[in-house]
Amino acid sequence: MRDALGSIQSALVLGGSSEIAAATVRALAERRALRVVLAAREPDRAAPLARAVEAAGGQAEAVRFDADDLESHEGFVDRVFDRHGDIDLVLVAFGVLGDPRRSAVDGAAAAAVVRTNFLAAASVLVGVARRLREQGHGSIVVLSSVAGERVRKSNFAYGASKAGLDGFAQGLGDWLLGTGVQVMVVRPGFVRTKMTAGLEPAPLATTPEAVAEAILAGLARGAHTVWVPSSLRFVMAVARHLPRAVFRRLEV
Amino acid sequence: MSSVATAAPATTPSRTSVEGGTRLLTGWGRTSPSLARVAAPGDGAEVERALAAAGERGVLARGLGRSYGDAAQNAGGTVISTTGIGGLDLNLEAGLVTAGAGVSVAALTRVLIPRGWFLPVVPGTGEVTVGGAIASDIHGKGHHRGGGFAAHVVAFELVTPTGERLSVSREGAPAVFAATAGGMGLTGVVTKATLRLLRVETSSMVVDTERAADLDDAMARMEADDSRYRYSVAWLDSLARGARLGRSILIRGDHARLDQLEPPERDDPLAPPDGRALAAPRWTPAGLLRPSTVRLFNELWFRRAPREERGRLQDARRFFHPLDGVQGWNRLYGAAGLLQYQLAVPFGREGTVRAVLERLAASRWPAFLAVIKRLGPEAGPLSFAMPGWTLALDLPAASHELAALLDELDELVADAGGRLYLAKDSRLRPELLPRMYPRLDEWRAARERLDPGRRMRSDLARRLGLDR
Repeated sequence: MRDALGSIQSALVLGGSSEIAAATVRALAERRALRVVLAAREPDRAAPLARAVEAAGGQAEAVRFDADDLESHEGFVDRVFDRHGDIDLVLVAFGVLGDPRRSAVDGAAAAAVVRTNFLAAASVLVGVARRLREQGHGSIVVLSSVAGERVRKSNFAYGASKAGLDGFAQGLGDWLLGTGVQVMVVRPGFVRTKMTAGLEPAPLATTPEAVAEAILAGLARGAHTVWVPSSLRFVMAVARHLPRAVFRRLEV
Repeated sequence: MSSVATAAPATTPSRTSVEGGTRLLTGWGRTSPSLARVAAPGDGAEVERALAAAGERGVLARGLGRSYGDAAQNAGGTVISTTGIGGLDLNLEAGLVTAGAGVSVAALTRVLIPRGWFLPVVPGTGEVTVGGAIASDIHGKGHHRGGGFAAHVVAFELVTPTGERLSVSREGAPAVFAATAGGMGLTGVVTKATLRLLRVETSSMVVDTERAADLDDAMARMEADDSRYRYSVAWLDSLARGARLGRSILIRGDHARLDQLEPPERDDPLAPPDGRALAAPRWTPAGLLRPSTVRLFNELWFRRAPREERGRLQDARRFFHPLDGVQGWNRLYGAAGLLQYQLAVPFGREGTVRAVLERLAASRWPAFLAVIKRLGPEAGPLSFAMPGWTLALDLPAASHELAALLDELDELVADAGGRLYLAKDSRLRPELLPRMYPRLDEWRAARERLDPGRRMRSDLARRLGLDR
């Protein structure tokens, strides 16, 4: 059960080999003996994290989860919940950045980004929400991005996919009001990870550990939207209202 | 208890046991809400039916929801609201009353005081049911001399998860009695109880107030004089640091005798007080209670208290239930809610109380209420009280940084041979439970006989591993 200060006893991580997910799981496992299911396309890549959880006194299982195989989602969710009892937290942390130069010119490449980041997440979110509702409690943390708050031309397939995910997660969270299940949307700025390796870091860049810390703090407060770093909230409030004629010419 | 008007419209697959009539439930701290189907039986037979109809997520009885954490909620399952289980049967010649489990302490004292009787143990609020008082084995302000609530329970009726209706007395069914008193509702549903009463001559208390300069001073005074008073409590300034750590106001008293009243009042010695109640506003901005405001309040509160005052008369209900005058005071903590950290440590471990207060004072988080009492004999295996000191602190539940600090304090308490009060707890981790409650296996054995199918479930039980 999640306690009054947001500490978690059991979690399902979708995207278990993502660095943000790993930092979050490590932070959770440090706080409490954590039972966690790490779901990844290649479960072996989640093995080091599983070992770290066990070293901290928890239990971890790495399982295969193919986000792009939408048909598999319902069975997957049911198997996890049936086998593991109450799940306090579901972390949706899978996603692809794509190559913006390709997704701008290749329809299949664009669709692949949108499919993984938005379509697959929507599908699995609904399945997870259903089981959490039956449980009568639970938290869903969705890794969105400031890139979804206002889509930029520099990677519009990615930005749009996060915009879709963000809206879906917010709507789901509102629909779940009163059910005991909460949704927290996390909007990091540029995060230094292997996914962004080689890219020029944007101002107000952050780290997976900082995102993890923000998630834990948000869980304690019962926050519904979290920016990392928190100052991005005000930056984006301005960015969202820049006239289009100005925004579309920015090289960001 | 908070409730939300609209639950999400949803199809309900056969797996779920949460149907219509659901409510989002929390404890008094308004943290960790969970959804349950709420049934409201009016008597023992209806309780039996509700228990029999329990789904795979089990059942739990809930009274007036004054436990601070998740003791009286059951996510995804059924919660039996006992507040409709009334009934009051006075047997004043024998000094006894038999009350339905849903009858509140406030209702009982309203009936008893005008007749010259009182309950030997009352909690800090009158809004606690008889069933809840037994489930938490509440200790009150007189535990150092009078023991806890269950010590004055002659017998209670327990509807068990296996469908029996047992009449349980300490002599007749000692293991069931001891596992249920303090058993947090996990052995079954208490439907009524027969309580031994205390004779009183007036509705007033005669109260001595004194200030203590620091923690050592407070504890020394309590150790020296508590035996002279039926009731004793010290209100601490939790933000005082250094030399003033633990500066406090000691409030100690007893029921006033007739001859202790002023002559005009002796004509109507059992008169009730006027019943004005304030209410905390419906919505309060978060951060109303912060170090600066708490410090200001504490300063005013301490200046107001007399340095020393003997023999003041005070109405009994105001003495025992001071906060009941402010309805919904828990809302002052805003949306994040509050938690209460209440520990007990054996006599001789005063250093642990000091260490807890020091660490709290050094942190940014203000404890708005801090109270110390002395406790008497231990009771059932999951019952909180042990001969020693208890310290209770109200804290805002807004920060996960507080989580690390409280985890550390748990270790201090456990190392000292102490424990936390499950009726107040909302964040203890399960590994500490067997250390804090060394007779846990004794409790599990009794529960195994009463509820082998684990039909009685609560969020607290899930969190602390009591459902295994």
